[in-house]
Amino acid sequence: MNEKLTMAQALNRALRDAMAADESVYVFGEDVGRLGGVFRITDGLAAEFGEDRCFDTPLAEAGIVGVAVGMAMNGMRPVVEMQFDAFAYPAFEQITSHVAKMRNRTRGQVPLPMVIRVPYAGGIGGVEHHSDSSEAYFAHTPGLHVVTPSDPADAYGLLRAAIASDDPVVFLEPKKLYFGADEVDLDLPVAPVGRAVVRRPGTDATLIAYGPSVPVALDAAAAAAAEGRSLQVLDVRSLQPFDDETVCRAVRSTGRAVVVAEAPGFASVASEIAARVTERCWDALAAPVGRVTGLDIPYPPPKLEHLHLPDVDRVLDAVDDLRWEEGT
Amino acid sequence: MRPDPEGLLPATEPVTLIDSDGAPVTPARAAVPSETSPADVVGPETQALDAPAPHGCRQLPPTHDLVAALGAMIAARRFNDQAYALVRQGRLAVYPSSHGQEACQVAAAHVLSDGDWLFPTYRDTAAVVARGVDPGQALTLLSGEWHHGWDVAAHRVAPLTTPLATQLPHAVGVAHAARLRGEDTVVLALCGDGGTSEGDFHEALNFAAVLHAPVVFLVQNNTFAISVPLSRQTAAPSLAHKGAGYGIPGERVDGNDVAALLSVLGAAVGAARTGDGPQLVEAHTYRMQAHTNADDATRYRDDDEVAAWSRRDPIDRLRTFLTGRGDVDEARLSTFADDAERMAARLREELATDLRHDPSELFEYVYATPTPQLREQLAMLRDEAERDLGGVSR
Repeated sequence: MNEKLTMAQALNRALRDAMAADESVYVFGEDVGRLGGVFRITDGLAAEFGEDRCFDTPLAEAGIVGVAVGMAMNGMRPVVEMQFDAFAYPAFEQITSHVAKMRNRTRGQVPLPMVIRVPYAGGIGGVEHHSDSSEAYFAHTPGLHVVTPSDPADAYGLLRAAIASDDPVVFLEPKKLYFGADEVDLDLPVAPVGRAVVRRPGTDATLIAYGPSVPVALDAAAAAAAEGRSLQVLDVRSLQPFDDETVCRAVRSTGRAVVVAEAPGFASVASEIAARVTERCWDALAAPVGRVTGLDIPYPPPKLEHLHLPDVDRVLDAVDDLRWEEGT
Repeated sequence: MRPDPEGLLPATEPVTLIDSDGAPVTPARAAVPSETSPADVVGPETQALDAPAPHGCRQLPPTHDLVAALGAMIAARRFNDQAYALVRQGRLAVYPSSHGQEACQVAAAHVLSDGDWLFPTYRDTAAVVARGVDPGQALTLLSGEWHHGWDVAAHRVAPLTTPLATQLPHAVGVAHAARLRGEDTVVLALCGDGGTSEGDFHEALNFAAVLHAPVVFLVQNNTFAISVPLSRQTAAPSLAHKGAGYGIPGERVDGNDVAALLSVLGAAVGAARTGDGPQLVEAHTYRMQAHTNADDATRYRDDDEVAAWSRRDPIDRLRTFLTGRGDVDEARLSTFADDAERMAARLREELATDLRHDPSELFEYVYATPTPQLREQLAMLRDEAERDLGGVSR
């Protein structure tokens, strides 16, 4: 059944369908009850499922995640909302020391099937502390799955998969894509977390992107096509587990690659991807793997964020630098 | 309805039922100031039985509970001292001992029913054993074999938690989940005086109060966080007073008097179970040994202070009380000692051999299914092992 939904509506639908399918799914966080969340992702859930199943908590992120750990230890599947990326940092200790480690420290006895939803990244004109790309902190932490959708269909499918997963998932929602609409097939089987997908075929070079950077890469590929260059666009979707197989197959098919991501580039997921592709596809590469990332600065004020964020021109410049004169 | 703030505050003095001489505390006796001793300067005084207390009238627990507690405290002391010795023998990496805190350790376990949960810190292995966990399994973390050793679901004892107070929100979550399902589970969560300074202590108490979760928070105030005394930790009148700020009743109890602990904690567990919401209990006790074997307590406290607290020993006190009343005899005490000795022998035996580990264990429990990258890293370890066996080196 196809429906035209925004990403925000698709996420809301995924929560609603998951709560209807499994009574152990509980949704809680700040303002998620009567208000329906500041982005309305939990809109209507408290009314439909009652205030036990979807409830407002005190304003304390470590407490929210810590209580979710306990509920997951005792048979529930909590889905918690961190209101904004940078407001999730108080929960960092709970996430890295407990959420990520509980299964391992108990030799598999105590899995934590829980989802931590984090609206993340910039491009919405948000003031300080509302636009961080925090994925590297979580992707660096063994024991967590980290996923990020780039369109409404993936938002629905990935969130259903995340809630169904027996591993804890940090679910990063690109805020600037919340209100873009697209067709969503709600009947597709839920795909497991961990697979990348080719969004646009191409033969000359591969743009590797995720979350908010996927539309930038698609726009760049469209612009390049107008100039006669065929760029493939790969959406990583799952930062952990990372789909080396699909990424390498894509890069090997073109022989050139640029990674596009909003986060500061130093010690970033983009750097990890560039290193992995270099190690694994060296013999097929005609040029070093390029990176177009955010600048290595604290997230800038809204009026300057356009200077920080990867855009089409910066991506095309990076593609131009892939040693075309020397390669084939 | 918001609670009456006065009703949330602890009594002026910690509840004591058996004093440090092993004598029952009576109203008449408590009214007469005892002779001044160094212990009076650093520790709690006694409270009259009829003093007002949020948890109601205090009564001595039944004799068979006290006798059981004595046996368990003797075992806990032997366990503490055996574990301490096992560090010197290289069988444990480290041991944070609860020597001197055995009354708290035993009471925390004994007030719980089978369906209840216990959330311990790294200093609470004796409580874990008192709850029924195998002593060797209780020490898995400290032995370095793995991070955790017992069956969590079977014992309803959470793993030992090292980062201070971070287990307290988990306790709230377990209790909240049980309450949502209509179960009458109570969760008892332990932390120390140092832990009360952590943000997670505050968040856990606040969440518990707002969610009306059946959690009993037991703070073992042993007066030191490694080297830092309580006066550097808080300016509150007492740690139990902190409960009022959350709408949680707080109570103070002599942490070396197991009779008072069983009474106060038992009442708190009962209140939580019957829908009164979370409860906070501060037990005044003392860490008789250094923080761990790696610590040097002489750098920050005097021998006199330790000696004063040794005169308030929880085991001596209860033994004196029960033998004086004829509730235990020498034969029973011998049985307790023999049982403790057998436990210690079994523990030594259990920890005498290193387990054989397979490298795959490192990867097996990171996720439900190992990622392709983890499978590659396991293959690398296996390859290294094969080359080592084959005598091939780089």
